Amino acid sequence: MAMAQRTGVSVAMVGSGGAGVLTTGAMLLQAACAAGWNGLLTRSVGPQIRGGEAAALLRLATHPVECLADHVDLLVGIDWVSAQRFESEIELAPGGLIVSDPGAGPPPPALSPSGARFIELRLSEMTKANPAWRANMIALGAAAQLLGLDERDLAGVIRLHFEAKGADVVAASVAAAQAGGRAMTEATGELRLARPAQANGKRWLITGNEATGLGALRGGVRFAAAYPITPASEILEWLAPNLPEVGGSLVQAEDELASINMIIGASYGGVPALTATSGPGLSLMVEALGLATAAEIPIVVVDVMRGGPSTGIPTKSEQSDLNIAVYGMHGDAPHLVIAPQSVTDCLLATQWATFLAETLQTPAIVLSDQSLGQTQAAVSRPADLAFIGERLRATDFATPYLRYALGGSGVSPMAIPGTAGGQYTADGLTHTERGIPTSSAREHRAQLDKRREKIERYAYGALWATLEGEGDAAVITWGSLTGVAREAVARARADGHRVRLIAPRLLLPTRADEMAAALDGVKRLLVVEQTHSAQFHRFLRAHYTLPQETSVFHRPGPLPIRPGEIYRQLTAGASP
Amino acid sequence: MNATAPLACKPGDYKSQIKPIWCPGCGDYHVLMALTRALAALGLPPERIAVISGIGCSSRIPAYTNCYGFHGVHGRSLPLAAGLKIVRPDLTVIVASGDGDGYSIGGNHFLHACRRNVDLTYLVMDNHIYGMTKGQPSPTTEPDFDTALTPGGTGVRPFNPLVIALASGANFVARAYAGNPRETADIIVSAVRHPGFSFVEILSPCVTYRPDQRAWKERVHTAPVEATDDAARAARRLMTDDGFNLGVLFRGDRHPFQPAAAVARADRADLEKGFEI
Repeated sequence: MAMAQRTGVSVAMVGSGGAGVLTTGAMLLQAACAAGWNGLLTRSVGPQIRGGEAAALLRLATHPVECLADHVDLLVGIDWVSAQRFESEIELAPGGLIVSDPGAGPPPPALSPSGARFIELRLSEMTKANPAWRANMIALGAAAQLLGLDERDLAGVIRLHFEAKGADVVAASVAAAQAGGRAMTEATGELRLARPAQANGKRWLITGNEATGLGALRGGVRFAAAYPITPASEILEWLAPNLPEVGGSLVQAEDELASINMIIGASYGGVPALTATSGPGLSLMVEALGLATAAEIPIVVVDVMRGGPSTGIPTKSEQSDLNIAVYGMHGDAPHLVIAPQSVTDCLLATQWATFLAETLQTPAIVLSDQSLGQTQAAVSRPADLAFIGERLRATDFATPYLRYALGGSGVSPMAIPGTAGGQYTADGLTHTERGIPTSSAREHRAQLDKRREKIERYAYGALWATLEGEGDAAVITWGSLTGVAREAVARARADGHRVRLIAPRLLLPTRADEMAAALDGVKRLLVVEQTHSAQFHRFLRAHYTLPQETSVFHRPGPLPIRPGEIYRQLTAGASP
Repeated sequence: MNATAPLACKPGDYKSQIKPIWCPGCGDYHVLMALTRALAALGLPPERIAVISGIGCSSRIPAYTNCYGFHGVHGRSLPLAAGLKIVRPDLTVIVASGDGDGYSIGGNHFLHACRRNVDLTYLVMDNHIYGMTKGQPSPTTEPDFDTALTPGGTGVRPFNPLVIALASGANFVARAYAGNPRETADIIVSAVRHPGFSFVEILSPCVTYRPDQRAWKERVHTAPVEATDDAARAARRLMTDDGFNLGVLFRGDRHPFQPAAAVARADRADLEKGFEI
């Protein structure tokens, strides 16, 4: 039967913890990407370590994708034990397919709206008859069949995953997947994906957190201090084995106060250094961020944001650490805040942050979030960039050496311990050019000016923001919502609307002239952010002049903001 | 070495021109004297030494030396110093603190620095008081010591930092008295030379808020026994002594914590292969 093939499809797999849902999702993504499709996988899990609920949310397409779609086309339930927890996260498309084990009972009503179509997959019967089969492998085969994935590609991925467990496990898993596929042969081919375009060059499967670690490494980071925290730990766990390979090291600290002070010490010793954390850890690090600002020590702190305040929602995304990242420090403490805009951009943003921190001798906060950090995506191999952190070092010394010398760009040559003649004491106390503590109004002002000007005068170039499109309407957003907004804007354009997309990657220092140029001619502006108190909108208001007609679409986590929601906000009442 | 051995360099080579902010008569002057004397005895070039501190009277010491220094935030000198030493094992890293900075706000780092055993020398100038904030009780203040913040005393027993250091795994534990700068210098030399985390508690009187500590001069005495390598024996001695036993009390033989030397084993491109589909 000839049927128009789809260019994209969204799949949700749910099951109780331990059912292997996340593994299944990762294998499906891997098989699809090996065959040339684009795609991404995000996970939604509860706080339980084992036995909680888990959902793998996939989007596969012939074209690159940066976020989840509005709806799920295919819902696969390995079981429905805790599935009602996902009712607000998984919205089935009209007429969507549900693959369900009749032995597991019906799915929760919220997940199976009227019009949903069911395909039976007798998981419990099949696993009872074949004890070596696992339900998740049967479900994997079923999903792959519905999407039109090649059986051999799938078998290859299964082999890769279970090789270490022995030939028996591989054979049983392949057989289970094939049986799952056969069970779907009655289904129509409507979810079949069109053949992917031939990919150019090498492609990677990488998470945002891994990309962050690699970006740090590419930027020159050779020391990391770590304190575990969800959802940032994977950055540190990727760096732990890889830093020693390139001559660096990672140390686990006793707390976040220690981890940030360790990286300050390492950087003072001349080695670019980083730590990664989430909101609660960033709160603890703020005092030392001020120290690094005052003592002009380059460091990189990655905050993979989660729901807040306090312990909040550790496993789910939010953009609500913007305020603390921008305004957290006491005193006037100019520093850098940089936000990655996609999984791949975690690499670029972290590398750039490392480069800028080293160049400008100041701390850089990288504001990632759970939805970037823990999303795995198929991407083209990110290009090598010339951003290798290298600070201005002092080698010739006047007597006495003025570590915090005024003048020029404001960046003063830094002596690295071990260099004769460069001895000085780095200090968080207000200090003179020599580094000697002082409470003089003149010296205080001079050093405040120096630290502000060195980062404000720097030419950041085009990387400061994503600026796309033309028109008198614009969406302005940041971070992980950039890809979501891009998709919404593309839909609006397809309807004939002329809409721009503005997303600053560089949040601090603010760029008044560049933003004014970006907003020039914009009459209608939509601010989009994932916070409860519209932090980004307030930040924009404080630093930039916004058009008269500015509206705000903001919502706290944990529910992701979907492209369709932005699209509706953007097109409501607007004629193309 | 001993107090009468000739010095390799002059103590003055390790002193800066900056005038200390300490009160006249403060024990910390003697600690500075002992430190510069020890560094001279060690004969290390000043640029190969880093003195790291937190906040408090004692923590002002880095800038009074001619070494590299870092005067960081309150209580965090140990992790900062550990980060430095781990990436720069070629440097001699000395950490200076006080009883408030080191035992109260920085207490957790103290435990873990002992446990981690990075090759650092930790000098704590203990005067049983917060001097810089004008006389509040610290973790080593006597329970009945009256202050504006704790009228009538804290009612809380002081803790024993040396026993805690032993229990946490410090590799070298000593007690010194600021008023004996030559002996203190000897102890610092031993501490720097001993591998791993070396902890030296220095009784350093605060003449302003604890004039009673002038009497320490009469109370201190050299420990009647040699240092032991048995932590349990050292702990028992420390829990039963009068708190004024001076000298090296414990020398352990734990291996210092030091990640592998900074040698690249792989090309970065090799690491990136793991992401290829």
